Amino acid sequence: MARDLFAELKFRDPARARALAEAIRRNVAAIGRPVSVMHVCGSHEQAIARFGLRAVLPEGLQLIMGPGCPVCVTDGPEVDEAVALAAQGVRVCTYGDMLRLPGTARSLADAKADGGKVEVVYSVSQAVELAEKHPGDEVVFLGSGFETTAVATAAIALAPAPRNFSILSVHKYVPAAMEVVASIETTNIEGYIAAGHAAIITGFGIFEPFAARTGCPVVVAGFEPLDILAAIAKLTELMRDERPEVFNAYPRCVSREGNLPAQQTLWKVFRPVTGKWRGIAEVKDGNLDLRPEWAAIDARRRFAIDTAAVRDADAEEEAKGCICGSIMLGLAVPTDCPLYQRTCVPDSPVGACMVSSEGQCRIWHTYGGTPDLRRVGT
Amino acid sequence: MCLGVPGKVLAIDGLNATVDFFGVKKELRLDIVDEPVKVGDYVLNHVGFAIRRIPPEEVKETLALFDQILEITGAKEDLMAADVRGEIAAGKDKP
Amino acid sequence: MEKPARRIGLKHGSGGRAMRQLIEDTFLQLATPVDGIGLAALDDGAALRVGDRWLVVTTDSHVVQPIFFPGGDIGRLSISGTVNDLAMMGATEPVALTCAVILEDGFPRDDLEQIVRSMADTAREAGAPIVTGDTKVMGKGEVDGIVLNTTGVAFADRVVTDAGLRAGDRLIVTGTVGDHGMAIMSRRHDLRLEGDLRSDVAPVNGLVREALRAGGEDVVAMKDPTRGGVAGVLHEMAAKGKVGIVIDEGAVPVRDEVRAAAEMVGIDPLLVANEGKAVIAVRAASAEKVLAALRAHPLGGAAAIFATAIADRPGTVILDTGFGKRMLAEPEGELLPRIC
Repeated sequence: MARDLFAELKFRDPARARALAEAIRRNVAAIGRPVSVMHVCGSHEQAIARFGLRAVLPEGLQLIMGPGCPVCVTDGPEVDEAVALAAQGVRVCTYGDMLRLPGTARSLADAKADGGKVEVVYSVSQAVELAEKHPGDEVVFLGSGFETTAVATAAIALAPAPRNFSILSVHKYVPAAMEVVASIETTNIEGYIAAGHAAIITGFGIFEPFAARTGCPVVVAGFEPLDILAAIAKLTELMRDERPEVFNAYPRCVSREGNLPAQQTLWKVFRPVTGKWRGIAEVKDGNLDLRPEWAAIDARRRFAIDTAAVRDADAEEEAKGCICGSIMLGLAVPTDCPLYQRTCVPDSPVGACMVSSEGQCRIWHTYGGTPDLRRVGT
Repeated sequence: MCLGVPGKVLAIDGLNATVDFFGVKKELRLDIVDEPVKVGDYVLNHVGFAIRRIPPEEVKETLALFDQILEITGAKEDLMAADVRGEIAAGKDKP
Repeated sequence: MEKPARRIGLKHGSGGRAMRQLIEDTFLQLATPVDGIGLAALDDGAALRVGDRWLVVTTDSHVVQPIFFPGGDIGRLSISGTVNDLAMMGATEPVALTCAVILEDGFPRDDLEQIVRSMADTAREAGAPIVTGDTKVMGKGEVDGIVLNTTGVAFADRVVTDAGLRAGDRLIVTGTVGDHGMAIMSRRHDLRLEGDLRSDVAPVNGLVREALRAGGEDVVAMKDPTRGGVAGVLHEMAAKGKVGIVIDEGAVPVRDEVRAAAEMVGIDPLLVANEGKAVIAVRAASAEKVLAALRAHPLGGAAAIFATAIADRPGTVILDTGFGKRMLAEPEGELLPRIC
C-alpha cells in the first residue's frame, strides 16, 4: 500500500529514533565533556528544524549549522549581477530560493516588481524551454546551489542549448565549506556531518584526507530523521573512541567514488575558483565558475554586466561589520553583531545567518533567542 | 545536499522518465544518473534530474545499519524498553 | 523595530505577518467605534447589534491565478470565501451576497459565463441569494483578467470571534489540509506535477452549522485557514487569546498526494491555503461531540482534533513532530518552491 512504502522509504520510525537519541546520549556521556559538531548543509538544518531533532539531543552536544546553505552564502555583489541583467532587459530565470535574496541593495523580487522579466523555475531545463519560447529575448539562468545542483546546470550546458540562452553561475562547492571551518584556529568543532546529496555526486572518499589532516571524524548523512540521528550517533561514537575516520551512514545513496558520470559532467563544465562567501571572508575553491571553453554560454562573458546602477556602496561598506562567519562556528552569538536587528533584519538581511529561515540570527530575531522546547507540555 | 526526494520510475522515453512520487507524477531527466535506470527502479530526484538509482535492497540494509549503530552503543536492548516507555509517555500526554 | 516599507509588495497580500502589519499600521485608522465587532477587531467580518440579534457583514476580493484550477474556479472561490467568512463568525444562513466584477478588455465571454455558472451553483449550494452587483471593464493590461469582489450579510444569534481561545481548549480542523494551495502552486509554477491535486473550494456553512448545533457556547473561536494556512490562523488565535498552541503533527489530516507534492517543493502543508475548511476551537468537554457532528456531515469526514491551547508561551505556536518539538513560524510572504 502506498502509505506503508512511503513510511518505510522515509525512515521515520519514532521508536528507533528514541533509541538512537539514547545512543547519542550515552556516547556524549562517555566523552565526559561538552562537545561541538557541525553540519554543512542547509537541507540538514531544515530537516533538523522541521522534526525538532535538537530537542532530543543531550545538553552536552552542540550541533552547529555551518556555512552550508548555498543561497545564504551567495554574496551581495553576485546577486547584483543578476539584478543588473534584469534591469538591462534580460529574462532572468532563478530557483525560488534566490528570488528574495538581497544584493547589496535589491533582490530579484524587487527587480521583478520594477518590471523586470524574472521567472521562478523548478529546473534548469525549464529555463531552456523559456529560451525556446522567447527567441527574441536573451535568457539567463542564475545557477545557484552546491555541486548537486551544479551537475544539472552542467548537463544543460552539454546538451546543445539555444543561442539566446546563457548561464550566470553562482554555484558553490561543499568541501570548501568544511575546509574553511577547519582552517580557523579558534574552531572547537570536533566532528562533521557531511552533506548527503552532495556526496552522492562526489563520493565520500574525498573526505578521507580531510579527516586525517584535521583529526576529526566525518559521517555522511541522509535527510530523514533516522538518517540524521544515526549519523550523529556514529559520529559521537567515533569521537568517543578518538577515531578520525570517514563513515558512510547513507549507503543507499552514497558510495566511495560517487556518481562518476555526474562528476565528469560537472568538471567538464565547471572549475573551482576562490570567491567571497556572504559574511565570510574568501573561501578557497569555494565557487564553481564556467570553464573558459564555455565562454559562449557564460553570461559574464556574453554581457557587459553593469552593476554600478544596482549596487549600494554604503551598504557594502556596512556589511563588512557582519560576523556571520563567527556565528556559524559557534564562536559568537547574534547579539554580538553590530548589525543585528539594526540594519540586519529578515526583510533586509545582510549575512547568511539572517537570510536562512533556519539561520541563527533569524531564529533569534523571530523567537528572541533559541527556544528550548524540551519541557513544553500539552 | 539539497532537497532530494525518492520516487518510482513508471515509464522511460529516451532521456526522460515519468516518475511516481507516492501519488504525484513528474518527468525527470536521466542525463546524470549513475547507473542505467529501468521501469520499476527507485530514483532520487533533485531539481528535475535523477541523481541516483536507489538499489531496492538498500532499504533493508539501511535499517540494518541503524540497528548496528544501536548495538555498538548497547542501546539496542533499550529499543524494546524505549518502545514501552514511549507508549506510557504518550498515554500520559493525552488529556 | 522594523521600518514600514515605503512600497507595497506582494508579501503584503499573502495573509502573513507583513499583511497584518500593513493593516494595523495603515488601515486601522479607518476604524470607528461600533456597537459590536468592528474594524479594530480585525476578524473575518464585522458584527453589528440590531435589536437582540447580530448583523454580520464581510467582504472579499478575489484575484486568484489561474482563474480555472482543478476543483474549481474564481467564481466558486468568491462565493465560498464570503459564505465561509460569515460562517466563521457564527452566521451560517447568509441573507444576501453582492457581486462586483472588474474585467480586463478582451476577457473571453465563454470564461465569464463559466464563472457565473459556478457562482450560481455555489450560491445555491450555500443557500445564499445573490442580490446585487456591479460591472466594470478596464483597459488591456490595466487589470489581470478578472477581479471579483463579494460582500455578504447574514444574521446571527451568537457571534463567534477568533479571540475566544483559552488554555485547555481543543482545536479541530474540519478536513484535509493544503489541498487548495498545492493545487494552485502545482499549476502556477509550472512544476508539472501530475496527480490528484484538487482544490477543496466549497461553502462550509452547513458544516459549521452542525458544529454549532453540537457544541453551542463551547465553540469559542473559529477561523477559515485561507491565505497563510492553518499556521496563520493558529497564530492569530494564539495572539488574540493570549495562549500558546501545541499542534500534534501526526493528527493533522493531509492527503497523500498533497503531502508528496509539498515535500517535493519543500513547503509545509500547514502554511498553505485552504478554501473549504474551518479551524474550530472548542472547550475540551465538548470536543468529541463537535467532532462527531462534523464527521457525520458529508464535508467533514476527515475532521480531526489536532491541537491544544496551553497557558505557556502565549502567542506562540509549537509543533510536536513526534520526534521533538519546534516552533512553527508565522507565515511570511508568498510561498515559493524550494530546492535547497
